[in-house]
Amino acid sequence: MDLGTVTSFRSARTRADLDLALGEAPLAGGTWLMSTPHPQVSGLVDLTTLGWPDLEPLPDGGLRIGATCPIATLATSGRSALFARGAAALLMSFKVQQVATVGGNVCLGLPAAAMTSVLAGLAATAVVWTPDGAERRVPVAELVVGDHRTDLAPGEVLRALEVSPAMLAAPSTLRRIALTEHGRSAAVVVGVATPAGPRVVVTASTPHPVVLHGERDPRDPRALDDVAWFDDPHGAPDWRAAMTARLVAEVVADLDRSAA
Amino acid sequence: MSGLTVDGVPVDAAPRPGQCLRTYLREAGHLAVKKGCDAGDCGACTVLVDGAPRHSCLVPAARAVRDGACVTTAAGLGTPERPHPVQQRFLDAQGFQCGFCTAGLVVTAAALEEGDASPRPDAAADETWKGNLCRCTGYRSIRDALAGRTNVGPAGGLGTSTPAPAGPEIVTGRAAYTLDLPPDHPAAARLHAVLVTSPHPHARIRRIDATAALASPGVRLVLTHRDAPATLYSTARHESRLDDPDDTRLLDDVVRFHGQRVAVVVAASVAEAEAAARLVEVDYEVLPHVVDPEAARAPGAPLVHGDKDAVTHRISEPHRNVVAQTHGEVGDVEAGLAAAHARVHGTWRTARVTHVALETHGAVAWLDEHDGRLHVRTSTQVPFLVRDELAHVLGLPREQVRVHAARVGGGFGGKQEMLVEDVVALAVLRLAEQARARGERPPAVQLDLTREQQLTQVPVRHPMRVEVELGADAEGVLTAMRLDVLSDTGAYGNHAAGVLFHGVHESVALYRCASKRVDAEAVYTHQPPSGAFRGYGLGQVVFAIESALDDLARELGLTPAEIRRRNVVRPGDGLIVNGPADTDVELHGDGVLQCLDLVEAALGEPDAAPDALDLDGGGWLVGEGLAAAMIATIPPRGHHATAALAAHADGTLLLEVGSAEFGNGSATVHRQIVAEALAGHAPWDEPHRLRVHASDTDACVHDTGAYGSTGSVVAGGAVAAAARALAERLAAGERPTPDAPLRAEGSHHGTPRSVAYNVHGVRVAVRPATGELRILRSVHAADAGRVLNPEQLRGQIEGGVAQALGSALTEEIVLRDGVVTTRTLRDYRVPQLGDVPETVVLLADTHDPLGPGGAKSMSEAPYNPVAPAVANAVRDATGRRPHELPMSRDRLWRLLDAPAEPAEPTTRETP
Repeated sequence: MDLGTVTSFRSARTRADLDLALGEAPLAGGTWLMSTPHPQVSGLVDLTTLGWPDLEPLPDGGLRIGATCPIATLATSGRSALFARGAAALLMSFKVQQVATVGGNVCLGLPAAAMTSVLAGLAATAVVWTPDGAERRVPVAELVVGDHRTDLAPGEVLRALEVSPAMLAAPSTLRRIALTEHGRSAAVVVGVATPAGPRVVVTASTPHPVVLHGERDPRDPRALDDVAWFDDPHGAPDWRAAMTARLVAEVVADLDRSAA
Repeated sequence: MSGLTVDGVPVDAAPRPGQCLRTYLREAGHLAVKKGCDAGDCGACTVLVDGAPRHSCLVPAARAVRDGACVTTAAGLGTPERPHPVQQRFLDAQGFQCGFCTAGLVVTAAALEEGDASPRPDAAADETWKGNLCRCTGYRSIRDALAGRTNVGPAGGLGTSTPAPAGPEIVTGRAAYTLDLPPDHPAAARLHAVLVTSPHPHARIRRIDATAALASPGVRLVLTHRDAPATLYSTARHESRLDDPDDTRLLDDVVRFHGQRVAVVVAASVAEAEAAARLVEVDYEVLPHVVDPEAARAPGAPLVHGDKDAVTHRISEPHRNVVAQTHGEVGDVEAGLAAAHARVHGTWRTARVTHVALETHGAVAWLDEHDGRLHVRTSTQVPFLVRDELAHVLGLPREQVRVHAARVGGGFGGKQEMLVEDVVALAVLRLAEQARARGERPPAVQLDLTREQQLTQVPVRHPMRVEVELGADAEGVLTAMRLDVLSDTGAYGNHAAGVLFHGVHESVALYRCASKRVDAEAVYTHQPPSGAFRGYGLGQVVFAIESALDDLARELGLTPAEIRRRNVVRPGDGLIVNGPADTDVELHGDGVLQCLDLVEAALGEPDAAPDALDLDGGGWLVGEGLAAAMIATIPPRGHHATAALAAHADGTLLLEVGSAEFGNGSATVHRQIVAEALAGHAPWDEPHRLRVHASDTDACVHDTGAYGSTGSVVAGGAVAAAARALAERLAAGERPTPDAPLRAEGSHHGTPRSVAYNVHGVRVAVRPATGELRILRSVHAADAGRVLNPEQLRGQIEGGVAQALGSALTEEIVLRDGVVTTRTLRDYRVPQLGDVPETVVLLADTHDPLGPGGAKSMSEAPYNPVAPAVANAVRDATGRRPHELPMSRDRLWRLLDAPAEPAEPTTRETP
């Protein structure tokens, strides 16, 4: 839709162009920004002109995903089965997946954002450019802190997402449920088999990713006891709680089977 | 700036920085690009950008222009004369009804084929097509189009699958809808109206200050309650304006729901109007509100229209928030229940659901340069009734107002209301006063509701609470029926009475029973208004009665079909609810018995593709259910149509008829009726010689409008009468001259009326552990009388079933303390292609002595029996009965996964 309050459009070419003025919003794929009113936004700064590579191998065999990499590009990369599973869990059609970016999906802070599900599930690290010209690294599971809320400070820009070779290679699974087969997810549970046991991450049914690993053992029936369940039109909280418990058990069973 | 090309033609306009490609293309005159949601959910605006399909509402125009994008719209893919192979397949399959979604579908399909003209298989379609919504068809004909199947033949007379005459324009993006004005249109240069709306469910406006808004760039006018006529009216339109309460003011100083309009800003652009709208200062005195319809009737509840009078404003009991009610009994219900061998009792609830016609409400008004009249081009099912009410509200002679519709992008009853026309008309009149004072030409004004406004401000289906108690003797013959109905009409009473009375009418009257009692009330609450929606109240009440009847059959050990056979009305019976029967409804034939037989037999057959459903993981329970519904073929209390047919000396025919085409197919049927009547009268019997002037108050004397499923039976009746009269004159040797066409007129007055029947049956699989439900088999039998157009009839039935499955399973407007939280289509869950199972459509072999060519109406009816059929199948599968719509996964899980008794058991008493 038209964003009537927007009076400027800039194409960023260098990092210096990311010095955002008050009211300027970074524009990646634009598929969410253009889908809903933003009366507080007065300018758009296009990130796709920065020329960030979509996918880069890291020296240790890991994967660096440019924040502006289209979701469809990641989904068809073949680097992890979870990428295609995650894309299929998205509400958006293939037409939108070809434009919407991986970084944009994470930066939405949407509980049901499937790229957050997958990258938190893979214990990915977000590389954030800070306004002072430096960068900081934060786990994706901690980058999203609530419904439409992230850990990004004003002026910070998500540059890339990095996944370790071990997590890329590990057996993994994704299970989800929604009120309709292809609708917005009500609960998404991603599991990866690690040497320290199954690492399971809950999204969509909770306002932010919940990691079940280590002390918070996904096999512990009380692991979800203190979780606050997300409440929106895509599923009642009590149902989401029950479905999440069910999906966690299924995901653990999937991982046990792949280990056997 | 590099500039982009559209359909091979460069566009050199500079985009606004925040503009999306959709509006950029439309402003450049590329009107094939539609607005369905403006949020990336519906796909109606899909275009190819450098060969890839894109929702143009999500593409920043500045980026596309900077990159020199090559854009292709549906109009660039092909022409009516030389359609693209995909467009031809949509024509062959008739993969459209209103056609508003079609351009986006065609573009997407063409991109998927990437130049390969071979049809695609159905496989994987569910996932692929979740980005294209169609509300009319139920998707079967779209699947046919994608797969290359042909459903229609050449144009012909009654009984043929004549294709829709507008088809070639629709599939090539050339059909003009309400706001698709060509550059030479008198209102092409127009101002834009934006609404300021209430942030409170109930408040009085203490002060409203538009000073800053008026000083804002581009602003031409701000309207507030001080500008609104004092005349009260109803947004509901009926043949008699007295059918609805006068409880609405164009702009009021009291707001009664969150989202109600309080001011209108008119500016040169939408963005300027929006900016100014944010500057309108409103000081509200917040008043107590009530959102629970039960509480609304209780003493001391905040009154929604306590300032109004029962007689003057036609509100049943304003001091009790009751806008309409009926209480009455025939026979002796208490005795009938006491004598019953089996009794069942339960309470059922339905949700707010919304039409989601892909074209939102929108209108353009202007003062015509030549005739000086007020012209309104609007997305309406009822142009004549809107004209009459506009004249009433604005104090104009009726002759000074012309209302007309272009092709309408879906209606479903939602456009049997006056929701935007009053705003643009008042704005144009005020601006004309200003223009005259300055010696300028008066401007045109457009109001185009957003999808969010559609979901939060315009009327929804009345949610109802329906209590039913039934008794039957040992043979399963009903001894008593008792209903208590509470309908929530929201803040305004548009359609409150009609929906309430109709809701309890054919639903109760379908069954012969000596003792019936119905108590029903429609109440105001401080929530968005309810209104007309396909089935007009029947779906809600049928859900309850057909569920209770299913319980009764279980109590008695009868099959669901058998208990209905033993109780349905037969020819000679009156249609009785809680008082004397209607006198102008006739029962003919055994259509309902045929429908029950057809569904029972078809449900017994195996699933069409038994292996296609992967019931993974186990834990599924399978069950079957059916339900029946009856509907009068025409609404009561008068429904009138006139038509004229003229043979011209040049060999053409001109049909003038009032009713609108919004995907209901009446334009097709009217052509078939003419073709049938004029067969043999060369050259006027050739289909391509017929021109039609329709949906225009200038086209004919009067037309009540296309509601109550009347496009074929009433408007079609008038067309048939005109065509017969013309054929008689031609047969008598009369011929037109170049100066005097040979003209004949016809009319129909909507009485006497007949009834039509529908029976729906499903086999479902339900998984209690998750609440998932899958439809394994869906069969629908309809008593449509003689079939005028088999493909169109099938499409109407499939579309009604799909819309009903949405109401049954997924759709719900959710409110929290009067505020709608489902504000986008993705939050509302309209069925996607992958959500709708194939429905086997079966037809009773009947002939209606009253309808045109023996036909009955069949637009609303298929909706009504679907939800209870699904609920009955869930009960059959699980032993537990759903009492609430939608039967969403979370609700079904709560009902079915609980370890002990169902949460809301049906109480059963067997003496």
